[in-house]
Amino acid sequence: MDWLTTFPQMDDTRLRDLKKVIDEAFRGFTRSYGDAFESMFEPLRIFMVHAERFLVNTPWIVIFALIVGIAWAGSRSRKVVLATVVTMLLIGYFGMWEDTMKTIAMIFVSTFISIVIGIPIGIAMARWNRLQSVINPILDVMQTMPSFVYLIPVVMLLGIGKVPGLIAVVIYAMPPVIRLTNLGIRLVDREMLEAADAFGSSNWQKLKNVQLPLALPTIMAGINQTIMMALAMVVIASMIGVQGLGQPVLRAISNQYFTLGVFNGFAIVGIAIIFDRVSQAFGKRLQKHNEVIHG
Amino acid sequence: MAEPIGIEIRNLYKIFGPNAAALMAAVRDGMTKTELNDKHHHVLGLNNINISMPAGRIQVIMGLSGSGKSTLIRHINRLIDPTAGEVLVGGENVVTMSPDALREFRRHKTAMVFQKFALLPNRTVLENVCYGLEIQNVPRARRVEAAMRWIERVGLKGFESKYPNQLSGGMQQRVGLARALTNDAPILLMDEAFSALDPLIRVDMQTVLLDLQKEIRKTIVFITHDLDEALRLGDAIAILRDGEIIQQGTSQDIVLRPADPYIESFVREVNRGRVIRADAAMTALPEGAAPAIGVDGTTTLEEAGRLMVENAATSLAVRDPASGRPVGMLSMEAILRAVTSRGE
Ligand SMILES: Nc1ncnc2c1ncn2[C@@H]1O[C@H](COP(=O)(O)OP(=O)(O)O)[C@@H](O)[C@H]1O
Ligand SMILES: [Mg+2]
Repeated sequence: MDWLTTFPQMDDTRLRDLKKVIDEAFRGFTRSYGDAFESMFEPLRIFMVHAERFLVNTPWIVIFALIVGIAWAGSRSRKVVLATVVTMLLIGYFGMWEDTMKTIAMIFVSTFISIVIGIPIGIAMARWNRLQSVINPILDVMQTMPSFVYLIPVVMLLGIGKVPGLIAVVIYAMPPVIRLTNLGIRLVDREMLEAADAFGSSNWQKLKNVQLPLALPTIMAGINQTIMMALAMVVIASMIGVQGLGQPVLRAISNQYFTLGVFNGFAIVGIAIIFDRVSQAFGKRLQKHNEVIHG
Repeated sequence: MAEPIGIEIRNLYKIFGPNAAALMAAVRDGMTKTELNDKHHHVLGLNNINISMPAGRIQVIMGLSGSGKSTLIRHINRLIDPTAGEVLVGGENVVTMSPDALREFRRHKTAMVFQKFALLPNRTVLENVCYGLEIQNVPRARRVEAAMRWIERVGLKGFESKYPNQLSGGMQQRVGLARALTNDAPILLMDEAFSALDPLIRVDMQTVLLDLQKEIRKTIVFITHDLDEALRLGDAIAILRDGEIIQQGTSQDIVLRPADPYIESFVREVNRGRVIRADAAMTALPEGAAPAIGVDGTTTLEEAGRLMVENAATSLAVRDPASGRPVGMLSMEAILRAVTSRGE
């Protein structure tokens, strides 16, 4: 009656063997294909390096003007611009300018990749129900699996560095763009699609003229979430070699530097708020035509 | 302007559900909508529709909600594929067209106006009206020119750069109409195009459509659930119930000779004076002198009555509109009898 009190588990040796077999197989895979993967992701590394170099090496005053300019162009709100100016000045004054630039480069690149890969996947999901039912569970896993777990194979394959860090961030941050692109397209009114068909639109014309424009506000919400989730990964990504505001935080944890941690933490919060407000205000401005509703 | 073309629908069936084709035989053998629903959980959308819609005229399809009107009109441009049957437009069978041919057909032969307008909210009035031509890759200058002409024609001049949400329902549907007309297709499909509008605006839009039609002479298929609208607009009217056509004819036919009690119950609510024509209510010409004042046989009784009151006459001569010769006499009493009659 042993199995009543302790769960009847697999034989210890067999379990160990199982894990060993899988590990061996994966290690073998890594040895034979690791280089191939690395060269495959080389363009990503170059992109990331250039983005970082641009932000760090350009005189700060230029970047500062650029960021404020983008905040204004995106939000057209004096309040948002003012908050941006104050945040960036504080970040610079407290000596976190360079790390912040590296983090912004990482967010920019990972958001860019998430959009470029995520939107087409979302479109395809909206089009084929079968694909949706395959991808949805994958997205669930991507979002709920603790990121440390998928860091293991990524690091085994690609080692420590920018690229594996970026991949980890993208895996974690991409699902909202995919999901909300899919949702946005599915929510487009049936009559609008009928109208597009009735006028003889091709599938591409329907996508370009009707589905994407009408789904855009939802897609923008997805992009906004993706940016926020990428920021949430800053510290974890720094554990495998992505530079930026995450590394001082890590140092602060291991050495119990309270102030260092708090400063960098607030810098992350600061840019998160800027990104959030600017992208939301931008999304709202895209929707301006919906505001004035006639009686 | 495109030459008007007629629409011929033959033995058209539509069954909604996964095994539609397999159930076709049973439906052909007379299975009813209720039976099909109860036994097989399929919906009989259209049941053996045969109708010939005249070129360059307004064909109204009338029926209550759920009778299959939208299903029927969507077969004409094949937004819905039939389970069986033919839809011939200008001699071409729409049902067998390849996807490319169908797209060309939709671009050049048909245009559609929707109940809830279906305008793109992110586009201005002008950009919406250009839509059909844009799809056809017509150069921008030409499509703007065509769009502006129709925007002006439906009375929206000055609103080109407004967004749909800035306009009232009536104005939005004018945009919908202009968008369809800019396509310059010989067939105009209107699915309850005015049903979402307030009553007064609706009558207004009916007038706009009738005025336009004098000039454009398109084959218009107009769906409505409102008999008054049907009688006012329709050169020919077909009445649908449960996916079947139960009567076809002119407004006169429908009002004077309703095919069954169901139709009769609608007709009872109608203002007969505006539908029944003088030649339907007239009596034989009296021997000797005909009444001094005459009207065409196509005049409605309401018009004829007004003329009598204005001229203090008690009877009118009814002329044949083509030859102008008197063919009958219309007395005040005959008008009253026709207008107040409650079915024979
Ligand atoms: N896609 C569909 N699947 C199943 N049933 C449908 C579908 N479309 C319409 N129907 C059914 O077909 C009948 C006719 O619908 P419809 O043509 O929309 O009517 P109407 O336009 O006259 O209100 C209704 O009983 C409706 O429920
Ligand atoms: Mg309908």
